[in-house]
This record gives sequence, structure tokens and C-alpha cells, in this order.
Amino acid sequence: MLAPVIHQLALTTIVRKRLMPVDGEVIVKLNQKVSASDVIGEASFSQSHHLIDVARMLNIKANQADKMIALKVGEKVEEGTVVASDKGLIPRKIKVQHSGRVVAVGGGQVLIDISKRDYQLKAGISGEVIEIIPKRGAVIQEVGALVQGVWGNGKIARGRLHVLAEQTNAILTPSQLDISLRSLVILAGYCQDAESLKAAADITVRGLILSSLHPSLIGLARKMPYPIIVTDALGKQPMSPTAYKILSTNNQRDNVSLNADFFSRHKGTRPEIVIPLPQNSLPPEPIEIDQFKAGQTVRIVRAPATGAVGTLIDLPAKQQILPNGLRVTAGEVKLENGELLMVPLVNLEVLG
Amino acid sequence: MASVIDTDSVLALDIGAATTRAILFDVVEGRYRFVAVGQAPSSTHAPLNDLLSGVSDAISHLEQITGRTFIDNQTNSILTSIQADGSGVDAITATISAGPPLRAVIAGLLADVSLESARKLATSTYARIVESISINDPRPAEEQIDAILKANPDIIIIAGGTNGGASQSLQGIIENIGLAAYLMPQDRKPLIFFVGNREKDAEVKEILEPLSSALYTAPNIRPSIEKEDLNAARKELARAVVEVKKMQLRGVDEIDAWTGGYLLPSIFTEGRIIDFLSQLYGAQKSVLSVNLGASATTITAGFDEGLFSQAYPQFGMGNNIVEILENTSTAAIANWLPMDISPERVNDYVYAKALYPHSIPATKDDLFLEQALGREALRISIQRSLKDMPADVPALKSGLLPLFDVIIGGGSIISNAPTPGQSLLILLDALQPVGISTFILDPNNLLPALGGATVINSLLPIQALETGAFSNLATVVSPVVSARYGVNILSASLTRADKSVSKVELKQGGFEVLPLKLGEVGDLSLLPRNRADIGRGPGKKINMKVGGSALGVVLDGRGRPLELTSDNVRRRDLIKKWLWSLGG
Repeated sequence: MLAPVIHQLALTTIVRKRLMPVDGEVIVKLNQKVSASDVIGEASFSQSHHLIDVARMLNIKANQADKMIALKVGEKVEEGTVVASDKGLIPRKIKVQHSGRVVAVGGGQVLIDISKRDYQLKAGISGEVIEIIPKRGAVIQEVGALVQGVWGNGKIARGRLHVLAEQTNAILTPSQLDISLRSLVILAGYCQDAESLKAAADITVRGLILSSLHPSLIGLARKMPYPIIVTDALGKQPMSPTAYKILSTNNQRDNVSLNADFFSRHKGTRPEIVIPLPQNSLPPEPIEIDQFKAGQTVRIVRAPATGAVGTLIDLPAKQQILPNGLRVTAGEVKLENGELLMVPLVNLEVLG
Repeated sequence: MASVIDTDSVLALDIGAATTRAILFDVVEGRYRFVAVGQAPSSTHAPLNDLLSGVSDAISHLEQITGRTFIDNQTNSILTSIQADGSGVDAITATISAGPPLRAVIAGLLADVSLESARKLATSTYARIVESISINDPRPAEEQIDAILKANPDIIIIAGGTNGGASQSLQGIIENIGLAAYLMPQDRKPLIFFVGNREKDAEVKEILEPLSSALYTAPNIRPSIEKEDLNAARKELARAVVEVKKMQLRGVDEIDAWTGGYLLPSIFTEGRIIDFLSQLYGAQKSVLSVNLGASATTITAGFDEGLFSQAYPQFGMGNNIVEILENTSTAAIANWLPMDISPERVNDYVYAKALYPHSIPATKDDLFLEQALGREALRISIQRSLKDMPADVPALKSGLLPLFDVIIGGGSIISNAPTPGQSLLILLDALQPVGISTFILDPNNLLPALGGATVINSLLPIQALETGAFSNLATVVSPVVSARYGVNILSASLTRADKSVSKVELKQGGFEVLPLKLGEVGDLSLLPRNRADIGRGPGKKINMKVGGSALGVVLDGRGRPLELTSDNVRRRDLIKKWLWSLGG
């Protein structure tokens, strides 16, 4: 059976393809070094337009209006530019009301793109550009530690990692966030109050890594100007010991990337923390697809041992009956404390 | 592939959001039978993003169960005809509900006429309406264009204009949609589906076809102000959905080719079989099918008046489960639990399920929580669908479920519940049926496959159904009455073939069971008291033959609508008692 894999690795080679949603201009070069927040591509992807219905305004037929329109597709126009005018003693002039770029002319109408900002694609990870994908993006490679999370607020940043959580089950409080933590990426624990998120914004942290987040804070967390990555759960839960160990042993490491991307099963995106580490050679890349097999390190994602890490020691061929009566395909897991549990395979993810 | 007339073995593939099933039907002693089902997790998500892997695993599982071979090991391709060594199948059908729901923009003339019909059409499949436009829309054209661009639709459904009526008003809407489609990047252009005034078909095709990924047309869904006709459009929409899925998911093309172009959305084929069954059971008989799937909760009903079908992706039990909380409260979910659990815990459970939609409850508390969520998802879905069901179908009281002779339940929460009693109680609590209904479980999610198989052989669904493909849960009698708690509302007597007789007096608020084993037949006599109505009118008695089932005859006197007491201790005790009555 195919196993979902989540990466929590102390040293690996991370390769990420970064793509724009539409064709645009890639502004990095092959072998260029980039940081997570660097813009690597720009595209025009406007959703803001101004429509001028010349035919209606002059009360003439569309084909007559088309002949009078003085603008062409692609032309840049300023506010006040004359679009068309009719003839007569006092000619009526139709002017552009917003500056922009003409994107369509026809049917007696002119459509102008009035968006102020182009789409910008950030690198999302530090590293070296190893491939350019013409018009769409680039492939970036980095060597370092990789910790994937379960929830992100969509922001990207980089900074120095500061370990605030002294243990896996720490709870973040607003009073812990003082000005000395300014411009740092903070490893905290469970966040249960809005004040903590706001305090982090007030001292302009570069990012927040949480073990878990109270679900009522999701909306606020999305609005925060800095990236927030939740490693384990929405709802109170300690950080996985593996993730905590990787992150805490890199305390005060510089240039840590936080790409708080949305977790999407379809796209395969997950929020990620990447800690660049000096290496002479490329360590192996993480496995992306695996089948369940004995010997794997697994994390249990549902009760009665949510978040526990152990080793998959047996995969019985026959379906097992759980204490609640459900008949399932299960695996026997030996937890780090030696306890044995029969867990439905669908409640496991492979740590790798 | 063999002729559609002399087809024997049929492999039906059903590709769901969580599970892919490979179902084998074959002819045994001259009749079609459901032979076995192989299952595997669907592989439509990253990193595979290719549904063929899950299909291949499900077929391999079926091979293990049946000892037969369907895949050529040398070429790794499906054997689409019977080989000399007996391997392969005669025909393949496939249905799909996997993949994200379609992002649909709907457009029509009047908001409460053609736009409303477009809404019903869009939600009859796996789609979410992300924007709607009509001539009542106060936004200027440029804002409508930008709204369509922001909506990033997979499909735009355009309705409006009666056949033979004026078409000028529709022109502006078509032009705005055309401009928006023109501005979209080439690889993100939407499929456009025109179901308006037929006289505009050619013009729409000329203007919009070059600006869309594909253009489909179907007969006007609102041929006149008074008449709505979604049937022909539903059929075209089914193929349009598959076209969009081809763009979204790898492997859809191949599966469609295996089936000779008959890959269809599961909800469409489920509708087809429910329509078929309601006709098979005879005039005045209505059939309801509900499915609590990972991608959506679906409600399909077959009436004399026609087919009703709605998908609710927002109430799916998968990664969009959090949306249930936007339509109900944690307290309402907790009200269905036999134990005391804090709203906080309910909340955390929902979010954990959203992060790991394929996970299952491993403790008793979690199982009850999951079932409570299922009840709420189904309850909200059925309440929404009541507003859209035909107004003239037989019903005992407005606001309650219409009369259904047969109710079929599917989806893993219902069909994989550890006991038949749990399955039935989820259905009763959420649907709150009235009158007399036979409850059937679809444990292998065969309905979509059977609907798909009607294309190959119309005998297959009938014969497969007669050979135990489904499980009979119970015959349920639910009186509608205005009476005080504890008052007698029904006298019931069941006489079995061995002449043994069970009699019971059902009281308002009560819940009784008259056992009748599978394979047995009994004579059921029902005499309503205090003007209770069980389908024939207040106080009218009914004598009928009933077939045996897992639970027998269940008399549900808990009231319609079912109102749970706010006394927490008493409510939990009652829930435990109801569950105990049905065997735990």
C-alpha cells in the first residue's frame, strides 16, 4: 500500500521547482545563488480592468465605433488619453479614466488592464538555480535540514533561527515575545491566543514555527505579515520529537527559509522549513513515494497516540479488528517508549 | 472489446477521492452476479497525480481475491477481451468522483429563473459555484469580467432566454464572458457549456468556442418561464465534467479510452441507476440514495416526477470537512454523541480529519465523533436538497423528507460502521424518513458502477441487485403525528412464516424493533393511533408483506422532526438506548 511521506531530515538535498501560474519573465540565471524571499520571476496576471463601450457612449453601431477607436492592443495609455471622438461642430471625446495597457479592442469597445502590480514569484527556498524553465520559473537546489509542516499561512521569508520553545510541548505566550527577538525566525510551541500572533507582528519577527495552532486563530494567522508554519496539528499537540530535535540543534543558524505554502494533496505542496548547511557533496534526496514496509519510522496521525513516532514492525496480511469494531488493514508499530500498537495504515505517515 | 449484446464479464472501475474500486460482475448460471471488489487508495494526489496507479492496485487486489488475471504482465496493460487462457474481461466501465470539484461560474438572465436552473444544473455534479452573473447584476461589465477572472473557473454554464424568445439581453452576458475568457491564459481557459435559448447556439459557438478549452451545448434548461428541464443537459454536463477532469488529472484519458468513451461522473451514473430503480419498483414508488463520500455528500432521488440529483462538495467527509463547521455548530455535532465531549475536542477532531482525510477513527470515542459528523453532513445536505426537490412529490408534511419506499445508504461512514444498527441510526437521525421505507446498505459502493454498467447491458444491474450485491438493513416505520410524549401512536403486529407473532405498542418518543431474519418473510399489520400517519393518511391502517433484513422491522416513534432534548444527561442516555435497541 502506498504510504504518505513527510520529510523531517537533518541533512538532505532539497530540489524545488518554482513555477508562475502563467507565462512571464524569469529574472534569475542558471547557477545564480538565491534567497527564499528573492523574486525569481514576474508575470502580468491582471484581474483588474476598465471597459470603455465607445459604441454605446456615442450611440453608434459597433463597427462604426471600431473605425473611430484610436488605440491598439498592447498600447500603454495614461488617464485622459483620447480613445475616440466623433465628428461635428463640437466633437465628443471619449477619454481613458485610468492609466494602463490596452488588452482588447473590438465590438465597439476597448478593454484596458489597469492593474498596478505584476505577479511576482519568490524563490521560496535558498540555494542555487540549477535549471531555468523558460517563461515559467526555475529549479532551485539546496543542501541542509528539511522539516515539513501541516499548515502554512502562504507567506515566505528567511532569517536567523531562534529556539524559544524549550521542549516539544511548550506553549507560546505573548510575554515571551520581546524586542530582543526582532527579525528572527522563532521556534515556538502551541499557540492558543491571538495576542501572541499580534505580539510577533509588533516586534517584526521574520517567521514563526509552531507545533500546533488553535483552529480559531487560522483566520488571523493568514493575515499576519510574516510566515507561520505549523509542524504537527491544528488543535493542541506537542511538536514531533524528530522535528524538534532537527530545529533545536540548529539554533541561531542563519538564512533559514520559511516557505509557509498551503498544504495541498493535489499539488503536492507543503509548508517547509529549510536550514542551509555547509557540505562538500550532495547528500541523497528524500524519497517522495514509498510503500509501507517493516522497519520504517512512522508517525501516528490519529488517536489514541496522535503525534507519536515509532517503528513499523509488522504488516499482517489479514485485516485487523480495532477496539471500536472497525475492520481495517493495519500495521504493528513499536513506539519509542517500547509500547506496541496496532494502527490502521491510513493513520500512519512515513518519516523520511 | 466484445459486442454490447453478448458481454459476459464486466469490470467496473469506480475512482473515488479516497478509494479506487475494481468491481467484477460475471454471468453465473445464466445470470449476472456481483463477484468481488478489489480496493486500493486512490492515487490522484501528489506525488503520483495519476489515477492509473490506484486503478492498477485495485485491479491487482481483485486479481488476488478472484484468482483471475485482468492485466497483461508483459505490457502492463488491461486485457479488454477474454484471452485463450481465460484472463481478461469482456467489457470495462468506469466512474469517477476523484479530483477537486469543478469551479463553476453560472450565468443567466433572471436570477430566480434561468440562473436558478443553472445553479441546479451545476450542483447536480461535483462543482462549486464560484461566481454568478445575471442581468440583475448591478456590477458594471468590467467588474463582472474581473469577477470571472478572479473566480478562475473550470467551467462556465450559460443559461437564459426562452426558446423563440428575445435574445438581446443574453448578448451582453455572452460578450462579457467572451472578454473574460479572451483574457485568460491559453492553458487556463474554461470549458463553456451553453444551455440557453437554442436559437443562440450557433452564435455562441462562433463567439465562444475559440475562447474556451471546449464548448458544449445542450437543449435549453428553461425552454419557457414555467418549465425547467435539466435531463438532457445533465447528460452533456457529465461528459463535460470528464473533459475537465482530463485536464486536471493524469490517467483520465486512458481510463476513458478503456471504456470506449463512457467514463462518467459517479453521481451521474448513480442518478441513472436510481432513476432506473424507481421505474423498476413501479409507479408511485420513490427511491432515495445518499452517499457520504470523501469528495462530496450526494443526494439522489428517483420520483415519478423525474430524477433529482445534488452533490454537496462542501459537506464531503474529506479535506473540506471543516466547511461543515461553517454550516452547523460543534454543539450540534456533539448532540449526536452518547458521551460527554467538549466542543473544543469536536473542533480539534474536525481539523485533524481535514489534515488527514484518509485517516479513520481508531478509538470508540473517535468513531462516534466521526459518525456524528456524518449525521450532521447528511442532515444539512438533505435539508438543503428539500428546497430543490420537486414540489409535487408525495409527502406527509412540508419541511419533512418526502415519502420514499426505498432508501439506500453508502459512503464509508455509513457502510463500514461496525454494526448494522449504527449504520441505520446514522441514516434515521440524519434523514428522518416518514411513512414506511426499506433501508438498504451499499457496502461496496456499487451504485455508481451499476449505473455505469447499464451502458453495456441493461440486464446487469437488475440481475446483480437480485443476487445479494446490497444488504437489507431494515424496514422502518416512522409515523407522523402530533401527540404528547408517551401516548400510543401505533399498534404493530408481525406474523412470521413459522406462525410466531410479535406485537408491540409504539409510544410517541419510543423506538421498537420486531426482528425478522434475512431470508424470512412476514405479514406486518400496522394500526396507527391518535391520527398518526404512516403514509396512507391519518389513522389509516396498513397490512403488508415484509422481507427479512439485518434488523427486521424498526418502529421509529421519536417524532418528526426529531428534536433532541437539551438535557445533556437524558439525551446521551436516549442515544445509548436507541443504539442498544438496534443491537449496539
